[in-house]
Amino acid sequence: MATATAELAERAPDPAAPAQKSQLTRSRVRAAWLFLTPMLILLAMVAGWPLLRTIWFSFTDANLSDLSGAKFIGFENYLAYNDGEWYGVLADSEWWNAVWNTLKFSVISVTLETVLGLVVALVLNASFPGRSLVRAAVLIPWAIPTIVSAKMWGWMMHDQFGILNHMLMSLGLISSPLAWTASPDLALTAVIMVDVWKTTPFMALLILAALQMLPTDCYEAARVDGIHPVRVFFKVTLPLIKPALMVAVIFRLLDALRIFDLIYVLTSNSKDTMSMSVYARQQLVDFQSVGYGSAASTLLFLTVGLCVVLYITFGRVRFDGR
Amino acid sequence: MKRLLGWAGFYLLVAAIILYSVFPFYYAIVTSLKAGSQLFSVEYFPTAWNWDNYVSVFREQPFAHNLFNSVLVSFAVVALSLFFGVTAAFALGRVQFRGRGLLLMTVLAVSMFPQVAVLSGMFELIRGLGLYNNLLGLVISYMIFTLPFTVWVLTTFMRDLPKELEEAAIMDGASSWEIIVKVFMPLMWPALVTTGLLAFIAAWNEFLFALTFTLTNTQRTVPVAIALISGASQYELPWGNIMAASVIVTLPVVVLVLIFQRRIVSGLTAGAVKG
Repeated sequence: MATATAELAERAPDPAAPAQKSQLTRSRVRAAWLFLTPMLILLAMVAGWPLLRTIWFSFTDANLSDLSGAKFIGFENYLAYNDGEWYGVLADSEWWNAVWNTLKFSVISVTLETVLGLVVALVLNASFPGRSLVRAAVLIPWAIPTIVSAKMWGWMMHDQFGILNHMLMSLGLISSPLAWTASPDLALTAVIMVDVWKTTPFMALLILAALQMLPTDCYEAARVDGIHPVRVFFKVTLPLIKPALMVAVIFRLLDALRIFDLIYVLTSNSKDTMSMSVYARQQLVDFQSVGYGSAASTLLFLTVGLCVVLYITFGRVRFDGR
Repeated sequence: MKRLLGWAGFYLLVAAIILYSVFPFYYAIVTSLKAGSQLFSVEYFPTAWNWDNYVSVFREQPFAHNLFNSVLVSFAVVALSLFFGVTAAFALGRVQFRGRGLLLMTVLAVSMFPQVAVLSGMFELIRGLGLYNNLLGLVISYMIFTLPFTVWVLTTFMRDLPKELEEAAIMDGASSWEIIVKVFMPLMWPALVTTGLLAFIAAWNEFLFALTFTLTNTQRTVPVAIALISGASQYELPWGNIMAASVIVTLPVVVLVLIFQRRIVSGLTAGAVKG
């Protein structure tokens, strides 16, 4: 191989080389498209086509039992005015309740995850005996399937036999057992608690990766100058890791906006915690109204899409790689 | 003295983090080893080792079947997404051509699709292909979240491989396919292990599609089976069985993650930070 490379270097000044190279480039580009096509077809089949069909269904009166008999009805699934009353997803107070729940859930849990993730990342960034043990422990919540964590916490939060009530009562923090997942005031808090537990590791690992890329010299300078570590954190560390932190936050936020499985399993179809995804699936599958449910799905897609566009515009993301 | 306090505080924090991360799973294991009315007394340590729940999970529902389904689906998803991922990553990472940036952007955009946003279209597709209540339908639909991610991470990895290797292979007259298989694959195995693991975990844990596109107990994957375990009434969930099933499903993933923790961490950060 070494000789081949040398050969390439030797050939470079050859006047015939550019033509030969461009032919090579052309055949490589052809091969590239050949290799890309299967992936693109598959992706178009499982992502592009279903998305377009979903958007189409949202303008029809499609029903789960008879998808092919769907008729175009315009924006009626979204909003329609009939006999002095508004109909459609946008006029449904349950939809707005779901939107509100989703937003509340997303903002609170992502904020908590960022703060906790930062703490965990700072701990993992310090070198101390047993660090790898902590990292291993932190990864466990991330590895546990969401359904399992929902069930595990559901059991821990059980109103009569749950260990959480038991702990809080023996600590004297509460006087009577709380119905974590059933009571309207606490259900969303319970969902947030589980989500924070489950996704803080992801946040911590992303922040840790950013921390480990920081230059050490400014820390040495700060130490020589005798600046308090807390001040160093806010003046040096936080500004330096801010770009990575923003990326992590947006990744988590997009993930939080589409939450389905945790809520579905922990509190089922309860109104108090219903997210946009749960609402859309309930319409689609449980009530069989594919058209109406697709309208809700499309609205969720638009919400997430808007976030992605904002992210690409303001996040200084470079897509061509280098 | 102040230093000592600092150390004590730090290790207290460390202990709190470990306890917080591990305790729920630990408690699930403790619960799964209890039987009968023992379940309803809170205990922090296992008192008796009772395996009844583990036996009854397999007896009362087709849990072995569900496990087999999950294994089959996850392995198929990993194999397919790695195959398509490697070939696409070669094109996207090694060859300069027009529209490459746009393609990468599209792939990234797909990875952010909410699954619900394609649910009705996917349902129609699965039914149109005659794959409703069929594991193959799950494998195909899972491509929507494993493929973009695999392509993305493998592309970033492929891009950083030395150029000289490929040039040498081209001079030796190797075709693009030979370059992928003979030159890159041997160097790619760390990235393949990482992305394969992440795809495996994603497929193993998936719930929404598995819930919507399967109908009968024997076609379900494990997450759906666990979510749908029910007792005589809504208020009598067999928590012992649920916890036993949860431990069975989680243990392989936790073991994998602990063995490959370095690889997984680098894969996660390559997928997100570089993205």
